[in-house]
Amino acid sequence: INCLQFSSLLLFCFGLCSSWWGGVQMGPPDPILGVTEAFKRDTNPKKMNLGVGAYRDDQGKPFVLSCVRKAEALIASKQLDKEYLPIGGLGEFTKACAQLALGNDSEVLKSSRNITVQTISGTGSLRIGANFLSRFHGGPRDVYLPKPSWGNHTPIFRDAGMQLKAYRYYDPSTCGFDFKGALEDISKIPEQSVILLHACAHNPTGVDPRPEQWKEIADIVKKRNLLVFFDMAYQGFASGDIDRDAWAVRYFIEQGHNIVLSQSFAKNMGLYGERVGGFTVVCKDAEEAKRVESQLKILIRPIYSNPPMNGARIASTILSTPDLRSLWLEEVHGMANRIIKMREQLAAGLKKNGSSHNWQHVIDQIGMFCFTGLKPEQVERIIKEYSVYMTKDGRISMAGVSSGNVGYLAEAIHAVTK
Amino acid sequence: MSVFSDVPQAPPVAVFKLTADFREDSHPQKVNLGVGAYRTDDCQPWVLPVVKKVERLIVEDESLNHEYLPILGLPEFRSASSKVALGDDSAAIKDNRVGGVQALGGTGALRIGAEFLRRWYNGVNNTATPVYVSAPTWENHNAVFADAGFKDIRPYHYWDAAKRGLDFTGFQDDLEKAPEHSIFVLHACAHNPTGTDPTQEEWKKIAEIMKRRNLFVFFDSAYQGFASGSLDKDAWAIRFFVSEGFELFVAQSFSKNFGLYNERVGNLTVVAQDSENLTRILSQMEKIVRTTWSNPPSQGARIVSKTLNCPELFAEWYAANVKTMADRVLLMRDQLKSKLQALGTPGTWDHITQQIGMFSFTGLNPKQVEFMIKEKHVYLMASGRINMCGLTSKNIDYVAQSIHDAVTTIQ
Repeated sequence: INCLQFSSLLLFCFGLCSSWWGGVQMGPPDPILGVTEAFKRDTNPKKMNLGVGAYRDDQGKPFVLSCVRKAEALIASKQLDKEYLPIGGLGEFTKACAQLALGNDSEVLKSSRNITVQTISGTGSLRIGANFLSRFHGGPRDVYLPKPSWGNHTPIFRDAGMQLKAYRYYDPSTCGFDFKGALEDISKIPEQSVILLHACAHNPTGVDPRPEQWKEIADIVKKRNLLVFFDMAYQGFASGDIDRDAWAVRYFIEQGHNIVLSQSFAKNMGLYGERVGGFTVVCKDAEEAKRVESQLKILIRPIYSNPPMNGARIASTILSTPDLRSLWLEEVHGMANRIIKMREQLAAGLKKNGSSHNWQHVIDQIGMFCFTGLKPEQVERIIKEYSVYMTKDGRISMAGVSSGNVGYLAEAIHAVTK
Repeated sequence: MSVFSDVPQAPPVAVFKLTADFREDSHPQKVNLGVGAYRTDDCQPWVLPVVKKVERLIVEDESLNHEYLPILGLPEFRSASSKVALGDDSAAIKDNRVGGVQALGGTGALRIGAEFLRRWYNGVNNTATPVYVSAPTWENHNAVFADAGFKDIRPYHYWDAAKRGLDFTGFQDDLEKAPEHSIFVLHACAHNPTGTDPTQEEWKKIAEIMKRRNLFVFFDSAYQGFASGSLDKDAWAIRFFVSEGFELFVAQSFSKNFGLYNERVGNLTVVAQDSENLTRILSQMEKIVRTTWSNPPSQGARIVSKTLNCPELFAEWYAANVKTMADRVLLMRDQLKSKLQALGTPGTWDHITQQIGMFSFTGLNPKQVEFMIKEKHVYLMASGRINMCGLTSKNIDYVAQSIHDAVTTIQ
């Protein structure tokens, strides 16, 4: 008998001693986590972690918003109980969440034709949405993502039973929006397919369509009769203005698109680990909204029964307490402004270093992330030689940039691109 | 034409509908014996004193922030949780073959475990592996495994309505006849909804059959400590199976024993054959978690972790708070049985004190249940399940009388 047969025989003989899990493959390491792991091991005092997708202040520290601390103190004083939330979540939260996205005077809210459920942040929201579409959407199984999109979109939709396709989005030659390519691709999408749009601060590129471009997209999407799935993870965080960042979402609704929408409060309220999010379906009318709600509950119950209270309570308190809300708007504006400032300083720094490249995209792109345009070999070099950590696609998190290290970053980028 | 015009109205989840109906009821003597949450003798929810204490500590700690937890959760929480289930001196833990996945409540732990089994157990993506759940069982078990992709979910004999106890013969029979590699969901203690647990001798027999027939052990442990008042006693079955060498999953919930219902604190304890297997298993668990909720919520895990990892807080939780809850339930069981016996209510009522945990399967039939709800405004599940925590010194006479009336007037 050969080696393989012998080892199979051995395994058979071991019988009860063998594990159920011999066939479980080692899962590939998470690419973004991998960046942080390598960063942690690096002993270079100038090292920079630009993989992190969480906001940092100008000292490079996590930032707990004052409005959050105040809300927490308020909540603590109320001595609330810990009873289960309804499956759809905290009512005050879901109401405020929908209002934030759609606007206070939204016709959708007035006619109660939306259903908004509390979810486990943005991921949980996308997953519930994907599961709902998988079960109830009568159209094609295909979800069209922009190319590129957040890495986790694909496995989320896939695990929910949907299939993934793409439409052109990012133009590497301009480090900007491939408007023509996007329109061409979208115009060919089979009717009733699902198209996912990033509401603002596109992740990972930071490239957003301009309002006139959004209008044309809305138009072609309507012509193709596509179901729009908006992912809004950065409302307020992109431009600093919550209404401006929600403009595309509201415009589509006004144009008659009955969208589905995922919201996250991880970044704009700094509530990352509390897992605060919302999923909204804009329905034909209140009756349909009730039916949809009942089915969302049936989906949610066998995943986690009902959502966690803490973060939703904080978010709801902030949104519905006038002075906390104003404070929040200020702080969100502050975070967005710091990012914008770092963009400007980086672009200026690159120019100062004598770079011959066009770095306008660093300023034009919006939100936490910047697609530098660095090629994989350049990324490898900048990590190895300068201890500047980023993902292979050249994406950097501007949140990891501070006034203290933006100069070094400019030097490093210039060094690997000159 | 809406894309959702064909979406049918789903029936409401029964246990929550019951509470909703209860809330709308204006009858002065109404009693809610439905949803499984602890109540004080004043029929109020109870935030454990140790929880209040720890929450204050957390709010006052300026060094804490709201950053993401790792995908598998708070490390100190995961290890402390698994230790609570398996015991301080667990050989399996010492052997580095035990891991935890922080999850959203017991439900979340069950779901992650179920997803993993569907992907990696008994082949790859084998949706045909039979999953056995007790008859009856917590109503959500079915949906958890079905939505995880399993196509063949079957009951195993458990509740014997005639003798109001465990149908151990039927249970063993199902174990012997189940296809090899079938998954069995076992309630670690305080069976929901019957409150009827196997004895230690019966557990030993169950383990013997399961080992011989290569059946997979998936424990659901939602009441550790809450059932008998003793963490060790309530985990006996889990620990016995681990000592017998089983690779198994334990879905743990801290909703009841910490009263942290709405913070969604749970842990999937994985006992693997060795640390190498464990590493691969956890890497795949990460992938499942990443597309479900990315990483779990922080607050509840912090509270439980701080409490379990600090001797004084642990003592306060265990010896004071958990004991308070367990003792009150035992007292209500005792008194309900006494009152029914004193009333001369037909039938035997020993099962009320023999059963364990939050729930009691009264034996009331659907018609009698309807009578209880409509005529007496005493709300309980159609199965006849009552939550002992809903009983108080103030309402127990009314409830006993209502049961008496139901049994004597309705067949």
